[in-house]
Amino acid sequence: MADLLDGILQAFLLVVTLDSDLVEITLRSLRVTLSALVIASAIALPMAALLVVRRFRMRRLTIAVLNALMGLPPVVVGLIVYVFLSRSGPLGVLGLLFTPTAMIIAQVIIIVPLIASIAHQSLRELWSDYHDLLISMNASQRQRVQALLWDGRRALLTAALAGFGRAIGEVGAIMVVGGNIDHATRVLTTAIALETGKGDFAMALGLGFVLIAMAILVNLAIHWLGHTETEGRW
Amino acid sequence: MKNVFFGAVTSLLLTTAALADEMKLAVTTSFHNSGLAEILLPQIKADLDLDVQLLVVGTGQAIRLGEAGDVDAILVHSQKAEEKFLAGGNGTHRREIMYNDFVFIGPNTDVAGLQAADNAAKALQLIAEAQAPFVSRGDDSGTHKKELSLWSAADLDPAGFDGWYRAVGAGMGAALNTASGMEAYIMADRASWLNFGNKGALELLFAGDPVLFNQYAYLPVNPEKHAHVKNDLAMKLEAWLTSDRAKELINAYKINGETLFVFNAK
Repeated sequence: MADLLDGILQAFLLVVTLDSDLVEITLRSLRVTLSALVIASAIALPMAALLVVRRFRMRRLTIAVLNALMGLPPVVVGLIVYVFLSRSGPLGVLGLLFTPTAMIIAQVIIIVPLIASIAHQSLRELWSDYHDLLISMNASQRQRVQALLWDGRRALLTAALAGFGRAIGEVGAIMVVGGNIDHATRVLTTAIALETGKGDFAMALGLGFVLIAMAILVNLAIHWLGHTETEGRW
Repeated sequence: MKNVFFGAVTSLLLTTAALADEMKLAVTTSFHNSGLAEILLPQIKADLDLDVQLLVVGTGQAIRLGEAGDVDAILVHSQKAEEKFLAGGNGTHRREIMYNDFVFIGPNTDVAGLQAADNAAKALQLIAEAQAPFVSRGDDSGTHKKELSLWSAADLDPAGFDGWYRAVGAGMGAALNTASGMEAYIMADRASWLNFGNKGALELLFAGDPVLFNQYAYLPVNPEKHAHVKNDLAMKLEAWLTSDRAKELINAYKINGETLFVFNAK
């Protein structure tokens, strides 16, 4: 219990003094996760919309697999990405292992199924409302996807935020592919794991509180940018 | 306002680290937990203008990283594994740098009576006789291999132990946390123990047997096997690590007034 109080105190001290290491790893956490989020959304949202408007064989199976992949164990994703990016692996020549780029790749793989599954579910309901209208207007498939994505943007925001939440708190995969190198690939979660390993629970908890606060701030910022919960909108 | 915000985010995403001389060195958790790296790295940066990026892993993983060519050199402490690494053509050579020692940690009640032991084998036999909880790293690290070799030197086989022998499969710090929570016995390197912040009811019960000495060696990865490794930087680092400057810093490094490492590079 004393550790918890120490942790809060430690978090407070770190933030108030703008500790340079803290600022560095916090910015790196944000950079990696927001990049992964943008890339993953660019893949997952159109994919979800396509899955809704297109009818093809194995569609049900594709959706089931996508839903199942929401539970991908991060450390396994990390290992697979490691094997590919390792110097003795197929993509070794790129020299990406133990760089922030490798961490972004791993996070994209982890959150694409999550974002796509949640987006697919909400777009499916929207599609049942829009189906007759869009068909009668003879909209092309591209136009249908665009209409769904635009009109479903609030729900898609939730899908993206779920992806952000999973990525920002992730430690297993980025530990393997990033290596937790000081001043290169150390982010908040791997720093927390490191401090826990040193038995410095107060510092670990302090960093944890900073991480939670940052996640809340990012969510608030995204809502602010999207004008949700303001008058005349929902 | 929004444009400013987007601009800030974009510049954040595009920022990349400035390029300097960089090399990757895989080191063991026990070396890193000692805190010595924080003394040596800034000095290396100042003397050689070289950024050494540390990958802190167990010896088993460090050796795998070296074999795959994902790091430029490794600094580990498990002579048998190192010799196998060299025999496989993965490294150019092995250079001994320094040593520290392993110690036995346990609850201050000392139910197994470790303080009366006169050598490491006897100490382990006492723990086994008392069936006192014992935490093992269980992660194929140098410390774990050392522990297993000590059990076999004591004519005991951990595979046959009951529930009191807990292999946690974790790094030194995490294993010490577990031992602290369970008030169990554990073997740790002295450096990690002294720097450990969550000692609880644990204390140092046995140390000093020469078989507990822990030799660290530096092995550059073979550039003939992996053409991309920065062998020139690895050699530069080796020259520094074996220099008088390093000797002075390593021998002078103390925690709570205790010397941790003894420089013995030849």
